Amino acid sequence: MPTTDALRLERLAIGELAEVSLIVAPGEVHCLSGPSGSGKSRLLRAVADLEPHDGEAWLGDVAQASLPAHEWRARVMLVPAESHWWADHVGEHLPQADPADLEVLGFTPEVLNWQVARLSSGEKQRLALLRAISREPSALLLDEPTANLDEATTRRVEAWLNERIRERGWPTLWVAHDAAQIARVANHHWHIDGAELSQVPTWT
Amino acid sequence: MDVIELTWWQLALAALMVVALAGCTAAMRLGMSRSLLIAAARTVIQLALIGLVLEALFAAERLLWVALMAFTMLLIAGREVMARQKRRLIGGWAFGIGTVAMFVSSFTVTVLTLTVIIGSEPWYRPQYAIPLLGMMLGNTMTGVALALDRLTDTAWRQRAVIENRLMLGQRWQEAIGDIRREAMRSGLMPMINAMAAAGVVSLPGMMTGQILAGSPPALAVKYQILVMFTITLGTGFGTLAAVAAGSRRLFDGRQRLRLDRLSTPRS
Repeated sequence: MPTTDALRLERLAIGELAEVSLIVAPGEVHCLSGPSGSGKSRLLRAVADLEPHDGEAWLGDVAQASLPAHEWRARVMLVPAESHWWADHVGEHLPQADPADLEVLGFTPEVLNWQVARLSSGEKQRLALLRAISREPSALLLDEPTANLDEATTRRVEAWLNERIRERGWPTLWVAHDAAQIARVANHHWHIDGAELSQVPTWT
Repeated sequence: MDVIELTWWQLALAALMVVALAGCTAAMRLGMSRSLLIAAARTVIQLALIGLVLEALFAAERLLWVALMAFTMLLIAGREVMARQKRRLIGGWAFGIGTVAMFVSSFTVTVLTLTVIIGSEPWYRPQYAIPLLGMMLGNTMTGVALALDRLTDTAWRQRAVIENRLMLGQRWQEAIGDIRREAMRSGLMPMINAMAAAGVVSLPGMMTGQILAGSPPALAVKYQILVMFTITLGTGFGTLAAVAAGSRRLFDGRQRLRLDRLSTPRS
């Protein structure tokens, strides 16, 4: 069942960033760009409540502070730029992986028996996306989800993500560098200038 | 049978050999001679002083003095636990968690052993209470220090893994579960090894002492088993409490990993 809850940031402030307020409607992708060190990742970490911050985040009419932190993070799922794995085998991290998804991402179900140690950075990144999405969140925070992928794979992963986001109605914050990618996936595009977030016009 | 008297000049012979060892390491530039000599000197001074204190304590046989002695030992052990950690919790938590964990486990187990199992008269009789508590504290201290050090250091090195698990919606207990298990393991391993090797690889110190002092080996063995078990209990519960409290302190009320609560090691 698609989500009908919007993700709303209300005067969220962390580090250099002052009071970010924005609303991501269900199924919409808002891209964030900005120079490195401008606080894009920290903003996502604040939305996931991984760092102390000011202001509040809302999913529909549920406030971040009103839920136990782990329940909030299970709903508002952050996928970091670099993924980390704790068990030896891929399958232990992906208990409910859909074979169809594995195939779209370029894997066979065999991958579940692989050792995590033998994964390349690109494979890790794709599997980390699947790991997050297979937990059925209600909103997505993606930190450069295609940074380690080649052009063809980037397109495929992007299309898969886009389709899933629209179909499930996940409000999504997507940190991206590539202008072409932003043009392809974003409904709205925000650029970080110092302490402010300014909207860049998009043509979608 | 009486113990053969040991005079100071006989000890001086042994000391001379330690000095010779220090001389050898200095000649080979191995850089251990200084700390070796300081440690040896500390042994002499500390043990000589404690000898005097124990003589007085045994003569007085008062609960107040025994308790005072016990708490002094506890505080010194707490300081030692703190000093042995590379990245310790700041704001007095490293000392606090270590000391409270040792107090709860060592004191409880010692008092239980004295009253229920040994049944000395009075129960705080210093000849039994102080050596027993000393062995308990010494081993519990090692366990707690090893476990806390492993806990904080591993959490520091694996911060990204812990945070990634949090991002996937795991509770903090689950996200740090593997590290807690490892910390518990390193705290208990010395004691499990000691029990496994007792009598086969090594003759435990207390039993050796009792036999030297003229006890029949069968009785010495019984005491040694009792002491091994109580030490294991003390170390186990102490480590358990320290790991539980220490790992809790690494997270805040919103289950965020707070490594800013750890000190940076002085290199």
